[in-house]
Amino acid sequence: MSTSLDPVAFLTRTRRPGRVGVTDILSWLWLIGGTLAVLIPVAWAGLSSLKPEAEITRFPPTLLPRAAVQKTVTGFENPLSLWKVTVDGETREMAMVRRIGLKAQMVDPNEPGKPVSIDVKDISPVQQLTAATENYTDPLTKFDFLTFLKNSVFVTFVATILTLIVNALAAFALSKYRFRGDKAIFVLIISTLMIPLTVVMVPAYLVVVGVGLVDNLWGIIIPTIASPTGVFLLRQYMLTIPDELIEAARVDAASEFRIFWRIILPLTAPALAVLAIFSILWRWNDFLWPLIVLSSRENFTLQVGLNAFQGEFSVQWHYILAMTFLSLLPVTIVFFFLQKYITTGIAGTGMK
Amino acid sequence: MSTPRIATLADRTLDFVMRLVEAPINGFEWLFGRKRMPYLFLAPNLVLFGIFTFLPIAIAVGYAFTGGTELFVADRPFVGFDNFRQLLACEDYSSPGSCRESLFWTAIWNTLWFVGFNVAATLLVALVTALILNRAIAACGFFRAVFFYPVLLSPVVIGLIWKWFLDRNGLLNAFLQMLGVPPEIFLLDVGWSRFFVVVVSVWFHMGFYTLILLAGLQAIPKDLYEAAAIDAASPRRTLLRITLPLLGPNLLVVLILLMIRSVQIFDEAWVLTNGGGPGTANSFIVQYIYQMAFGSDLRLFGLASAASVLMGVVLLILTLIQLRLGRRMES
Repeated sequence: MSTSLDPVAFLTRTRRPGRVGVTDILSWLWLIGGTLAVLIPVAWAGLSSLKPEAEITRFPPTLLPRAAVQKTVTGFENPLSLWKVTVDGETREMAMVRRIGLKAQMVDPNEPGKPVSIDVKDISPVQQLTAATENYTDPLTKFDFLTFLKNSVFVTFVATILTLIVNALAAFALSKYRFRGDKAIFVLIISTLMIPLTVVMVPAYLVVVGVGLVDNLWGIIIPTIASPTGVFLLRQYMLTIPDELIEAARVDAASEFRIFWRIILPLTAPALAVLAIFSILWRWNDFLWPLIVLSSRENFTLQVGLNAFQGEFSVQWHYILAMTFLSLLPVTIVFFFLQKYITTGIAGTGMK
Repeated sequence: MSTPRIATLADRTLDFVMRLVEAPINGFEWLFGRKRMPYLFLAPNLVLFGIFTFLPIAIAVGYAFTGGTELFVADRPFVGFDNFRQLLACEDYSSPGSCRESLFWTAIWNTLWFVGFNVAATLLVALVTALILNRAIAACGFFRAVFFYPVLLSPVVIGLIWKWFLDRNGLLNAFLQMLGVPPEIFLLDVGWSRFFVVVVSVWFHMGFYTLILLAGLQAIPKDLYEAAAIDAASPRRTLLRITLPLLGPNLLVVLILLMIRSVQIFDEAWVLTNGGGPGTANSFIVQYIYQMAFGSDLRLFGLASAASVLMGVVLLILTLIQLRLGRRMES
């Protein structure tokens, strides 16, 4: 038994069929604990995003979104909140008119003419499950959230299409032709992997100012279209396509571009799909570069907008969480359906 | 009825557009010959790399040696090594307060501590998870997917989710209250906020490294383990003599990759800590560069670029080590 609790032995034991050992239990505990650690913060944000404004700062919080039950009582303009009141050992539901210090003025909905004063320690709110959809609809209608969303969709879509075309063309040249300097150009392109944005962001900003794309969505689309990762990924895949196909097409007098468009591109579809997924994720989640380039609100992408919102509405968590959840949703859906492609794609290239 | 018609319409439109695009490209081929075509295909890529990657590198060096607040290098006065001197002038490097650019040295020390803890924690968690998943456990695909999920989320979203989780009224404090511990405003405490920046970073990225290590583990030939089993080797011996040595090159690559990425910590920490707070407890080197250049009206591009160049040199050294290791791994 003593060796089972040794961490080294525990991790390296091989599973024996039909027998559950301490090792298996600890493995499962680790995996289940990890799963909870991943999912709980996300689920908590999701549940909280459905809580109404008054409930979200309640401490200790309720797990599920709840709200006070409101009731219209004759003689009062606004609906009143319902409370459970215990008077002389008897519990009944009453509506609260107003609260003064430790006393609450309550009224029985059936006898609206007779308000009574009750200690607040004798009352507790009547609540029901709720979904505060206004947290989601308000940002879409009152704030600029829809603009941010539109900008992000535009940037992601256009940049991904351009990334695929530009890098596929370069990969085609580097995999299917022999010309002077082909190796040097490949090394040059791959070497840009070594220069992360954080190192060149100041001068890159100057270049964007110089070409007049500052505070413009094209200023965040164009600079990162050419991708060393993309060229590498597509070139490696195109190398596996037999050259005989190209020779045959040339015999049929197809132009070089037609060969690219009609033969190479369709055959590269799996690699293009992987690059497309990467590109969509990069663009959708990109933060630092848009933060530098975009300055006016109508040009903000979702991530920059979310960051701006959290600065402005520092206490309005019900809105912030709803918008956070909305921007997390597309990525989650994409991952749910394409999980296998994404994980094998990343394991195969070692990049993200 | 209508779907096939729309499909044909889209097909025809695409065909028409492609013919328009094709015409000038075929003209180029007719004029210059097939041998020149690869240059044309490479042109868009190389032009973009030239303008947005290589030109900025040249300008970065130009910025680092000039002063003032002008945007264009030509308008800026040459100051030699002044920017570097200002960054590096320091009486005692271990106490940032004694340095001329105390913020820079605060950021460097914060980054070093972060890199140390983050690399160790991420590597440990990823390795343990990969070893467990490699034991052919049931539902391995499910767990791999769950651990990988945060990798795909945006740093801003992750920063906000955790900020809410750690809030004064958040779930962690509610849980602690159940245990009778008084609530804590974690992100306003120097120690806790640093701790949680590392926790969030591990949470965010461990799935990626688990995936790489798992691929490395699965590439180890199974017959080695069978041979070890026949020799009745202890699990500890199998791990130390077979698994870790054969995983070694993968571990090194992951280690360097982790270091390169950790040095560049910015996005999620920026959102989580409200821009490096409390005070400068979580102000990192990229944040220093960002704030010097864009954060205020000072626009100290020279100082920011000098800091970028210094960081670039460190990253370059790490990358070259990684490439060397990668090449050795292939052979």
